[in-house]
Amino acid sequence: MSPRPGFVLEVDRSTPPTLFWHGEGFRLEKLPTGSRVLYAPEPLDPLEDPVGSIRRALLQPMGDAEPLPELLRPGMKLTIAFDDVSLPLPPMRSPDARQLVIEQVLDLAAEAGVDDVVLICALALHRRLTEAEMRHCVGDRIYDAFAPQGLLQQHDAEDADNLIHLGLTDHGEDVEINKRAATSDLLVYVNINLVAMDGGHKSVATGLASYRSLRHHHNARTMQQSRSFMDQHRSELHTSNWRMGRLIAESGVKVFQIETTLNTDTFPPQMRFLERREWEWSGRDRAGFLATSTALKRTPDRLARQILHSVRSPYRMTSVQAGEVEAVHAQTTENVYRQQLVAVEGQTDILTLGLPYICPYNVNSIMNPILVACLGLGYFFNMYKGRPLVREGGVVIMSHPTPWAFHPGHHPSYIDFFEQVLSETTDPAEVGKYEEAYATDPWYVHLYRTGNAYHGVHPFYMWYWCAHALEHLGAVIIVGGDRAAVRRLGFTPASTMADALEMATDVVGRDPSLTHLHSPPLIMADVS
Amino acid sequence: MGTEMSGASRLLGRVQRGRADGFPWSAPHWPDAVERAAPDRKLGVDYDTQWSRRYPARLVRAMLLDNVSRPLAHLVAAPAVVGAEMLELVETPVIFVANHASHVDTGLLLSILPRRFRHRAVVAAAADHFFDRRWKAHLWALGLGAIPIERHKVNRRSADTAAALLDEGWNLIIFPEGGRSPDGWFQEFRGGAAYLARRTGRPVVPVHIDGTRQILAKDGGPLRRHRTRISFGTPLTATEGEDARRFGVRIETTIATMADEGRSDWWTARRRAAAGTTPSPRGPDAAAWRRAWALGPGPGDDPEADEGRWAVSRH
Repeated sequence: MSPRPGFVLEVDRSTPPTLFWHGEGFRLEKLPTGSRVLYAPEPLDPLEDPVGSIRRALLQPMGDAEPLPELLRPGMKLTIAFDDVSLPLPPMRSPDARQLVIEQVLDLAAEAGVDDVVLICALALHRRLTEAEMRHCVGDRIYDAFAPQGLLQQHDAEDADNLIHLGLTDHGEDVEINKRAATSDLLVYVNINLVAMDGGHKSVATGLASYRSLRHHHNARTMQQSRSFMDQHRSELHTSNWRMGRLIAESGVKVFQIETTLNTDTFPPQMRFLERREWEWSGRDRAGFLATSTALKRTPDRLARQILHSVRSPYRMTSVQAGEVEAVHAQTTENVYRQQLVAVEGQTDILTLGLPYICPYNVNSIMNPILVACLGLGYFFNMYKGRPLVREGGVVIMSHPTPWAFHPGHHPSYIDFFEQVLSETTDPAEVGKYEEAYATDPWYVHLYRTGNAYHGVHPFYMWYWCAHALEHLGAVIIVGGDRAAVRRLGFTPASTMADALEMATDVVGRDPSLTHLHSPPLIMADVS
Repeated sequence: MGTEMSGASRLLGRVQRGRADGFPWSAPHWPDAVERAAPDRKLGVDYDTQWSRRYPARLVRAMLLDNVSRPLAHLVAAPAVVGAEMLELVETPVIFVANHASHVDTGLLLSILPRRFRHRAVVAAAADHFFDRRWKAHLWALGLGAIPIERHKVNRRSADTAAALLDEGWNLIIFPEGGRSPDGWFQEFRGGAAYLARRTGRPVVPVHIDGTRQILAKDGGPLRRHRTRISFGTPLTATEGEDARRFGVRIETTIATMADEGRSDWWTARRRAAAGTTPSPRGPDAAAWRRAWALGPGPGDDPEADEGRWAVSRH
């Protein structure tokens, strides 16, 4: 039976309560009659032979690229860059798609007699990976073969000796990327395209760039003009990255792009109820929900977090494309849409979101209030094509405990940003005046380069990610969150969903329309 | 030096390897060239193992495997498993093809396989060794899910049985060398696994097992604890037009590369394989002591320590 497409349910009196993620737990909410609930399409059938498909993609590349074996020769300098652990979420069960692809690339490099090979994790300004995370990405075999020799590296955006300035775009944007990657005879980029925002020229132009380069598109103005940044044709973020990518190509950097897409088989069998529509829950699903939610409620936060972060998703690869960046990415985006797009008629007054325990920036970490805002208003709000799901001046209601808690090792500058900057202003354009000080703070730079900390400027980027939503919305309400933390974000706290709906009517009027995004699994709304 | 070998040392090697068989302490093997009286038709390749795949026997075997073999394997062999994630890529049933150096191999391999494989696996076992006595046949059929395979010549019945079990969804573990290595080096791979893979269309998962010889070698001796390394390779499928002989060579080459990987690293092994310079897994054509010397330390042995160096040079 072929997988069912996405579905828009209109809630009636007989509709069972709707599942909301609520951080490290869940809530069942009875939504008002007439509300709409968007359910994700079922997981597409995976590639039957992923290894064979990867090999074929490398031998029959897209665009004007030559087959990979013809680009490899003895004596050449080869760099393989790959995405970090910010995706997929949750981390996928081994073997990771990156491992499968890199092994095939290395096999061809070995056959061609290439000796000078370096692997670089394209971190941009994200935190460095731990050994366990790196092993998960590339597999033990590659790790043990390359890491001891220093040939498995993590991009360092603050290492001036290993950055190269390739020039300015016609919009005056600096393009400065990793020197080893830029000076290689061939740069192979291995990507996982979890959402439509990922991949394309953004892989190299962002993943291997420095702050000097990133600041041109990671700012409030760019994000407000990206509508949305999940739709690359209407995204200023992508337009800027494309300009940079083309300049990188014109500078003589030869990039061979390999992009993979995954299905939405997001949770292991014991948590399968999270992927099912509530009225289709079997006895086993209901038992699974009750056992899981009850156990998580009675578990200390720290332990609950550890349990959930140990979840490995059974994602499977649905496609692999290789070759010239733009040709590859056009096909990849189609494949992402094929899995995630759900057609929706018209906007809504109120959009409700259940936010889970994880976002791209807190893998094995704490979802602090800034990341809660970023996941809801940056990611979920922007999961649209066409028009936002919620109308201008509408309300977003998010469900998350929003604890006033930070991981001091991973998010040191977030703590100061939350205390010093957000206490003064929550306007994305206004917070920008503090950016330079955080970006160049030597202590944050030190922690980014030597520890496992996000770069000092990263919390600003998280806030810019919300810029479009903050400009668009009339109000943001968080249900069940720490009241002080929610207020610091500039949002309104509510104890229950009923209270939140009551508050929302003050903004959008009586008898509003309501839509709930039943995600994850990932959904992208195609709003007509 | 080179690989030349004097007649005397070749003879010496043969004598030493002969001693390793355990005879006269154990029963002698029947020479292939000598005709044998008609065997008991219910033993050997004719032993019917159907009962051992019924539910009660499977339950007993699963309990033994999970509660006895697995803890014991971790205690005695401390297996380091490499590449097990590759098993996620295949649908059952598959054919596991491994090198063979010790009786420990089968139990160890079954112990570390993911549940969906280990609880539905049969092991191709030498009919003349494991099924020559009634009690042995019952024991191995129950304990390991063994099925009798004629290892010295082609036997249609053995092949039909194995193919039928694969068709029924049973995973097959097969050691294509036809017996344990007498000295730690690979023996010639026979074509049975490749033939079955081609005939049934099922993938072959190449497996390299290292270190079990130090636990229990073919020449017996006490059971000793030793670290082991079991690596799984990318599943192989015969390509169009690839006959069983060529596919068999590819399987052997893959396992040889995995053996090289155990002694170096994945990237070095891949480059050597691509350049055709993978060290021969069959060892140098030289006297027994030189073959033992060339074998080097096993997994977990300190290559600098004299003890590790000499521990494998008992022949």
